[in-house]
Amino acid sequence: MSTHTITTQKVNFKVFRFNAEEDYLPYYEDYTMEVTSEEVVLDILNRIKWDYDGSFSYRRSCRHGICGACAIKVNGRATLACKESMTTMIEYFGNELTLEPLDTKRAIKDMIIDKGDFWAKHDAIHPYLISDVDEHPEHEHLVTPEEAEELNEADLCIQCGACHYACPVVELNDDFFGPAAFAKAYRFESDVRDDAHITRLNELHEEKQGLWDCVKCFECAEVCPKEVNPIDKITKLHQMLFKEGVATSNVATRHAVGFKHSIAKHGLLDEGQLVLYSEGPSIVKHIPVAFKMFTKGKIVMPWNMPKSDNLDEIQKLIKSSSTAKF
Amino acid sequence: MEKLKYALFTGCTAKQSTPEQMMSTMAVAKKLNIELVELTEASCCGASHLQDYDDFLSLVLNARNIAYAEKHSLTMVTICNTCQLNTAMTKHRLDNDAELKAKVNEKLGEVGLEYKGTSLVTHFLYAIIDDFGLDKIKEMVVTPLSQFNIAPFYGCHNIRPSELQNESHKTKENPYNPTSLDDLIIACGGKNVDYEEKNKCCGFHVELQAPHTAAHLTGNAIAGAMDDNADWMVTPCPLCHLKLDTQTGHASEAIGREVSLPVLHMQQMLGLALGCSSDELGLNHHLSKVDFV
Repeated sequence: MSTHTITTQKVNFKVFRFNAEEDYLPYYEDYTMEVTSEEVVLDILNRIKWDYDGSFSYRRSCRHGICGACAIKVNGRATLACKESMTTMIEYFGNELTLEPLDTKRAIKDMIIDKGDFWAKHDAIHPYLISDVDEHPEHEHLVTPEEAEELNEADLCIQCGACHYACPVVELNDDFFGPAAFAKAYRFESDVRDDAHITRLNELHEEKQGLWDCVKCFECAEVCPKEVNPIDKITKLHQMLFKEGVATSNVATRHAVGFKHSIAKHGLLDEGQLVLYSEGPSIVKHIPVAFKMFTKGKIVMPWNMPKSDNLDEIQKLIKSSSTAKF
Repeated sequence: MEKLKYALFTGCTAKQSTPEQMMSTMAVAKKLNIELVELTEASCCGASHLQDYDDFLSLVLNARNIAYAEKHSLTMVTICNTCQLNTAMTKHRLDNDAELKAKVNEKLGEVGLEYKGTSLVTHFLYAIIDDFGLDKIKEMVVTPLSQFNIAPFYGCHNIRPSELQNESHKTKENPYNPTSLDDLIIACGGKNVDYEEKNKCCGFHVELQAPHTAAHLTGNAIAGAMDDNADWMVTPCPLCHLKLDTQTGHASEAIGREVSLPVLHMQQMLGLALGCSSDELGLNHHLSKVDFV
């Protein structure tokens, strides 16, 4: 029979402290503790409050990874405090750990932030079923297991905000809806009972909200404590735009479709042609850099464009396997 | 040691905007006595943009590329992070979904090919570390890069999503504190610069769609390396390289500060340490001048 051993080790914590009502600037306080292999990050927050400073503030509620209240950052990594084991954090970052709120610029008190931007974006995608429901239905609205499977992952989101505040685009662009809102939008977009489908999809396609501004860094997929995989949902929304005929011609949609045209012609991607196809007349803005690249042998002229061997196979597969039209 | 042999998936940039990457890959392979069989039949991986438009088509095309590596009974090595991501993602999905694999194979059958799932797909960086070994690299270094502070820039698609990436190589990479490229710098005799942006995004994929976001991210990355006293940067990804090397004007404008550093491909750095000439490594193809050689 195997026995489970609990180990302990010393960890130095640098903890973000700030009270918006009293402090001009935030500061960091040091705490050194013996941490056991059984503890999660939330246990450390509790110990700081209970053993060192009763005024230390953080959000907590369920302690079971369901309410989404306790997300903070450990060494810059967004994490759900009640779910993340200290052993993993030490394995990731060693014995010097910095605890900060999800977004230090939004701090109200210690780990507590103003999550207003997150909720505003969440609300803006109409995160609920929009359906004309008969008040006296004769039978249930049946959803097949396959249909339920489509939205299952996205439905696991607990709105903890870990992905939202890990997203580099959210940090740079106030209008960008962010991975959590888009994943939630997908949850309803993929629900067969939802009647707002095309209307919501049209709204999501509006340029300002940035459905096409995702940089594909996979930070959201990496941090999500519930394995919602938000970037996968953003990709699925992109595919849905084309499938439902909602996609309109813009630089982003042409950029996606341009790959298919190029592959059909060369097998490989024709970089210059892709930029031209995506930008149209706006390509002129790329000329200064393109010229410099040309002088360094970085631009291949159309007549020198290399082609994949057995190109006929690729062309045949594109004909027989294409599922999207635009 | 038995001679290492791989099927090389060059990707598209190595044939166009980063010729130096192709040159340095071949130069390094020669020095290390690694045989690379170029998959000349391979198509573009879709770069995660075709995937936004037509998921099934992207699976079929990537499965076809892997099928050619399987024909050679070789592990496929990629030299671009985004090729790595899309190829490994295809492999992962097909290997874990028999129904999807059958559907894809139905299409591949039309051109006499089959995806079996027998070839591994790994980035050249990890092939070198896992199969060749850094200790042997250290022994082979003839020009140690000891006078340089070198900032590693990992590129998202080699380290995230970590669950997928860590299936593709033996080196267990921590996406929040990756070390493979640092280890290679050290093996080449250089000093690795630890800076906050080393595992961050360069913005490449939205250069056309969201130019301000893209330029800002590029600027942050170079500025981060400069502030930690890097002499130059190194990356395993040609797309990151394009951003960091050719877009410094836009990047400087976006962050309101002049930023520029020489940026080397991982293969170029290794090549320098192994004694390759700058001509062999194509160092003259860069926009941000490599003036230290």
